[in-house]
Amino acid sequence: MIALNVNRRQYSVDVDPATPLLWVIRENIGLAGTKYGCGMAQCGACTVHIDGEAVRSCVTPVSRAAGKIVTTIEGLSADLSHPLQQAWIAEDVPQCGYCQSGQIMSAAVLLRENSKPTDSDIDDAMSGNICRCGTYPRIRRAIRRAAQLMASGGAK
Amino acid sequence: MHIRWNWKRKTIAALLLGAASLWAGTGRLSTRGGSRVRADYPAGRPATVRTVSDDAAARAAFLAAAPVFTHPRCQNCHPAGDAPLQGDDSHPHAQSVKRGPDGRGKYGMKCSACHQLTNLPGANMPPGAPNWHLPPPNMRMVFVGRTPGELCRQLKDPSQNGGKTIHQIIEHVASDKLVLWGWNPGEGRTTPPLGHTEFAGLMNQWASNGAACPETAENR
Repeated sequence: MIALNVNRRQYSVDVDPATPLLWVIRENIGLAGTKYGCGMAQCGACTVHIDGEAVRSCVTPVSRAAGKIVTTIEGLSADLSHPLQQAWIAEDVPQCGYCQSGQIMSAAVLLRENSKPTDSDIDDAMSGNICRCGTYPRIRRAIRRAAQLMASGGAK
Repeated sequence: MHIRWNWKRKTIAALLLGAASLWAGTGRLSTRGGSRVRADYPAGRPATVRTVSDDAAARAAFLAAAPVFTHPRCQNCHPAGDAPLQGDDSHPHAQSVKRGPDGRGKYGMKCSACHQLTNLPGANMPPGAPNWHLPPPNMRMVFVGRTPGELCRQLKDPSQNGGKTIHQIIEHVASDKLVLWGWNPGEGRTTPPLGHTEFAGLMNQWASNGAACPETAENR
C-alpha cells in the first residue's frame, strides 16, 4: 500500500510502486482532469505538482510521490478562484482543451517563481507543453493576465 | 599501502624488465595519444598522494581518457551553451530545456520533471540517475569542443571545477552515480569508447603521475 496526499486528501492505494502516478491519479483516485498525451514526457499534458514542482506524471513512478504533496488541476483551487483559472476563463484559452490542465499546472510553477514573467520567461516555462490547437498566443495572454491579477490581489 | 606497492612495482619494472614489458603482462594496454599506458587501477580507489611525477605518463593517461569526456553521454550535459544536448549527434534538448540558475532547469522545466532516479524502460524514454543536472551557470565545466589539453586544465582548476582537489576529481569520476550512468544509459544509447573501469584507472594514473596536461600542438 502506498500512502498519497493528493489535493490535501489522504489516499492509500494498492499498486505496484513503479506504476505511473498518472494511472493512479486517474484510475485509482478518479481524478480525470490530468490527461494522458504521449506517455513519454514529451507533451506535458500529464503535468501535476509534487511538493510544488511540476512533474510529468506519465513517467513518474507513484513511489516518488509517497509521503509528498501531490497537486492536480482539481486541487489548484476549490472554486476556480486561482488567478490562472480566472485568466484562462477570461481569455477563453481552450479550444479542444485536452492539454490545458497541463498548461495551467506548468504556468502555476512559473508564476510562483516569477511574478512578472517576460515573454522569454514564459517561453522557458511553457516550451514543454504542446498544444495541437495552437492556443499559444492565448496562453501567453492568460499568463500575463494572471500575473496582473496576482499583483492586484484580484483573485486568490 | 598503495604508495608502497606502486613504488615497488615501478622499481622492479625499471631494474628487471623495463616498464613496458611488465605492464604488458597483466594490464590492459592502450596506445591512444601515441604512448602505451596501463589502465587496470581499481576504479573505486582514488589516488590520494602524488606518488611519482612522471609528466609523460600523466599526459599519455589523460590523452587516452579524453575521448570519454567528449562522448555524447558525457558532453551532452556539459554543453557550451545554456541548453543540454541529446542523442549521439548532440542536438539541443527537445522542448527548449534550459540550464537554469542552478543547473537543474527552469520553472516547470526542471530536470526532475521528467528524469527519475533510474532509467525508464523502453527506447527514447527519459533516462534517469540520482541528482540529474548540468553544471551551474557559474561553473559550467564545458566539455563540448574542448581539446584534451583544455579539458585537462579545466578539470585541474578549482576555480573552474567547483573547488575540487585532484583527489576529489578522481573520486568523482570513479564513483559519482551520474558519471556512472554514462555506462548504463538505458535502451538505445551508446556508451563511451572506454569501459568505466578503464577510464577511472587512466584518470587515477593521470593523477598519481602528477596530473600533467597534454601539451603537443594538436592536443593543447
